[in-house]
This record gives sequence, C-alpha cells and structure tokens, in this order.
Amino acid sequence: MDIAKLRQVTPCSWSLPAREDDTRAPVLLYGTRELLATMDDKVLEQIANVASLPGLVGAAMTMPDAHWGYGFPIGGVAAFDADAGGIISAGGVGFDISCGIRCLRTDLHLPDIAPRLEALAEALFRAIPAGVGQEGEFRLSPRELDAVLEGGAQWAVREGFGLAADLDYVEERGRVAGAEPDCVSDLAKKRQRGEMGTLGSGNHYLETQVVERIFDEAAARAYGIREGQILVSIHCGSRGLGHQVGTDYLVSLAKAAARLGIRLPDRELACAPLKSPEGLRYLGAMNAAINCALANRQILTHLTRGVFEEVFPEAVVETLFDVSHNTCKRETHHVQGRARELHIHRKGATRAFGPGHPDLPARYRETGQPVIIGGSMGTGSYILAGNPEERNPAFASASHGAGRAMSRAQALKRWQGRQLIDELKGNGILIRTRSLRGAAEEAPGAYKDVDLVAEATEQAGLARRVAFLRPKACVKG
Amino acid sequence: MQNAPGETVGYFEHDADIGIVGRGPTLERALEAAAQAAFAIMAEPSAIAPERELRVQFEEADPEFALVTWINALLAQSREQGLALCRFELARENDRWRGRAWGASWREGQERGTEVKGATLTMLSVKRTAAGWEARCVVDV
Repeated sequence: MDIAKLRQVTPCSWSLPAREDDTRAPVLLYGTRELLATMDDKVLEQIANVASLPGLVGAAMTMPDAHWGYGFPIGGVAAFDADAGGIISAGGVGFDISCGIRCLRTDLHLPDIAPRLEALAEALFRAIPAGVGQEGEFRLSPRELDAVLEGGAQWAVREGFGLAADLDYVEERGRVAGAEPDCVSDLAKKRQRGEMGTLGSGNHYLETQVVERIFDEAAARAYGIREGQILVSIHCGSRGLGHQVGTDYLVSLAKAAARLGIRLPDRELACAPLKSPEGLRYLGAMNAAINCALANRQILTHLTRGVFEEVFPEAVVETLFDVSHNTCKRETHHVQGRARELHIHRKGATRAFGPGHPDLPARYRETGQPVIIGGSMGTGSYILAGNPEERNPAFASASHGAGRAMSRAQALKRWQGRQLIDELKGNGILIRTRSLRGAAEEAPGAYKDVDLVAEATEQAGLARRVAFLRPKACVKG
Repeated sequence: MQNAPGETVGYFEHDADIGIVGRGPTLERALEAAAQAAFAIMAEPSAIAPERELRVQFEEADPEFALVTWINALLAQSREQGLALCRFELARENDRWRGRAWGASWREGQERGTEVKGATLTMLSVKRTAAGWEARCVVDV
C-alpha cells in the first residue's frame, strides 16, 4: 500500500484524506507503518468504497490484519444506523457467515500430551470431518434444521452435544435473536444436511496448542490459562448453509440496491437499507446462519471432547470462549457521548467487548472479552482481552488473524504440501490433512507475522495481549 | 495456476481468494470453462469419472450475473449431492440457461483441493475478446 496517500493520526492509526469532491465518510486504517506497507492498494480502495455507503456512522475502518477481500476488505469494520438509512451488506459479512474460533481449555500440560501427540492427532483427524466433500455423521430433517437455525448452540446442547456450561462462554450465549429460518432458501437447508459438525476447508482448522507465553497474568488467571497448558482452537463457520445464504442474497441485494437508487462503487457491496424488506430478509437469514455456525462449533466441541476422553480419559475440556469474525450484529455503542443502536459489520474482524460489558460472562466481566487471533499452522495464535470502549475507537473490534501476505497461487508456486508437512513435523508440529494443495496454500510463510499483528492490535488500543499459543497438532480443512 | 495463451481455463491473482478465468469461442463455452476452473480448485478433474450427471437451470438476462449464478448453482447442487465435478455443458435460449455437469461421489483417499464457497461479484467480467469470449470473477475459498 502506498503509505504516502495516508495521514498518520496516532502511531498505529492512519486516515485517508478526502478529496475536495469526496462525499464519503472518513476512513481509518489501524496498523503499523510496516504492516500497512505490506497491504495491497486494493485494501484502501475497498475500504474507501465502504465509506461511501449510506448511513455509515463514524469511520469505515480496517484492522491491522487487513487484506484484499471481495467488496469489503477482510479486516473491515463498519457501523450503520438503521434510523439514518443505514444498510446491511452481504459483501460486508462474507460467504462464510459467522466464521469464528471456539477456544477450548484443557487441564493438560505439554508433558502430559507429548508422549501421545501422534495418537491425539490421529484420533482428532478420524473424528473431525475436514476438507472439501467430507460430510458429517449427523443428518438433520428439515424440521431439525429449522430448530438449529432458531436455537444455535443452545439447540446443540439440548440435543446432547456438549455441556450447558459451554454456553456461558459463547457470544449471545450460543443463540442470536432475530433468526428467520423462512428467509433461508430450501437449497441452503439441503446443502447443510450432511454438513453439521464439519470443519470445512481453506483456512479452517482444529488445532491443539500449548500456551507458550503469558503477557498479562491477571487476565490469564481470569481466562483460566497458564504457561504450558494445552488449549484447542476450532476455526470454522456456517458451512454450506452460510455459503448458500451469501450466494442467494448477493445477486438479489445487488439488484435491490440498483432498484433503490443506492450507488454501489463495487457490486460486491450488494446491500439494502436495514429497514427495507430486502434488508430485513437478509438480516433474518444471516442471523439464522450465525446460529448454524454456533451449533456447528458446539458439535465440533462435543466431538473434540470425545477424542480427549478416548486419549486422555481424565482430562477436563472446557470452553474458554467462542467468538465469530464474519457478522453483522446489532449493538449499543456510545458515539459522541450518545448511546446508539448500530449494526456493526465485521468482516474478518473480531468483536472485542471491554471490561464491564453487560454481555460478558461474570468470569470475564472485569477483564474484558477474550479476543482470539488465529495464526498460521506453523507460527502461533494469540489470546487478547478487549479494552474499555474509550480506548477502542473501532466499535469494540479487533484483528481476527494473521492475514494473508501472499496469494494462494503464489504460495502454491513456493511450497509443496508434503515437504511443508514434513518440515513442520521436524519443528514439533503435526499436520493432518486430506489436501496437500490446501497445506501448501496455507503455508506459514504465506501469512503476515502474527506477532506484528498482535502487537499492532495492542498498540492501536483495540485489545491487549494475554497469551501466545504455539501449535502442536493441527487438523487442516 | 498459470495462464498460457490459448488455454481455456486460467486463474488470476487475489490476496485471500482465487480469481478464475474461462475462455471460449462462444459465451456458453466460456462459462463452461469458468466452471472447469472453479471445480479444478477442489479436485483434479482427470481423477474424477464422469459417472453421475446433475442439471441446473436458471433465468438471467445479464451475462455477468449468469456466470455467478451458473457457478453457484453448480456448487450448491454438487455439495448437496456430494459430487466432485469434472465436465460441464451449458446452453442458452434467450434468458433461459440449461446446464449439465458430470462427476462422481468423493472417494475416501481422494486428494482434495480447496473448497470453493461461492462465486463473487468481485472483478466480475464477461466480455467479447478477439478470440471469442472471456468470463472471470473471484471465487471465495
């Protein structure tokens, strides 16, 4: 990205000055000079397009891990006020609606699992359906699927997948309100029949990790983690149903925008006013897809527990937190001292509620919400804690991952899947996958330096670092 | 993932996702080639036997929206039926499109590529070229 186009606001935030004839809202990019310099110019173009959408409140923003997406950049955050003509955009949520990370905390430590790491990796690979074309063992009737779309992770727990205590540590206690299964097409529901309890492909993973470093002892205590402890992170979303909801509404919202006179600088920003029939239908379908994703990660949690019971019968596996990073959610935020109900689009951005937020479980209320930055399979991931609203000017949002540094095509030219897996094994990281191509595309070197992303996230005030997690065994989608 | 001159199937660069290109002497052949490009991301076509057929039909006046609708319809049906696809045919009568595709169920042990979630409107273009037609868009993976 051409930094010369930007004006530095703080050491870790930059604005894009408007031209005289520009009618768009402000644009703010979070990140260090180094991170921004590695971003494609398309990130700037895409977030400037977002800033021209109707009803935007404040600035259109990108997180430190931003990269070029479709419509919205990945790592894009934008708030819209329904009462001010604000819109909802399918491109601002993405195809993998409510993709996110469920982090599980075990009472095991590295010496406990080291002798049985191969057995654990194999058992997880057998138990977790992963990769394109891989179906789950649960087949749902249309009526059951509607119950999933209404009930989310709460439905899954009622059906015996996991523990009621898990729900305390899932956003919205595992179920968003406002889901409208009738707004989800029959085709979307059919696509999901064999896909509940599946991981998917691409950058999705189920990773066994060790807590390698603690940055904030008090927050780590609140989150129940300490050095050497074993965690498991599950990265996936709403699977075929969410993809089909995105597909169904992308073209219809693009046509609706044209009919409603909304000028779209990029058709991928397909959107409709939040209060329009088209906007309300997408909102209902998207909320249903969010519940589908929450149920999916709850089932995967249950499957993971089953594996740990088999390999480590005495182990305790608890949910640390579950947070989505492809959503549009109605939240209350203070803007210029006034509380406003806003719809926050986070596309590749994590919600990061600060200390005292009423939606946080009691255990985390003093500390702030766990924010999970998933890194590559060879480097590591971070857990951070949300900051108070006055320190986080990004509508309680933070980074969600390392962010790609190069395209999949470039990665395929540079790495070979088998060689990469062998190299990682040499570094003490076991990879299990049905896709050597996928492994090469997801090579650690294809991602930005997750340390820099986490540091920038902290420097920008978006969240503060709590712990660094090193991968030990990874089931790749 | 190289684009050699004269190839009907190609790819272009995108940070997080993958750009697909289909070329052909007619609009229909270009869209068939674009489908080939999209499905080859998920599985090597030469490793799939064309033993099962699926059919899609849709109405679309805009050739660009038709590209997105065609690929997304194939993705939906192939996922619903658990098929990896390798061959595609598309016919058009005014705004009505009828497509067929062939493939096989996923096999245990089959080398998997990367799942395509959907065809997007990003960098979407369907246009005439000196050699015929070219269709391109970014697919979300």
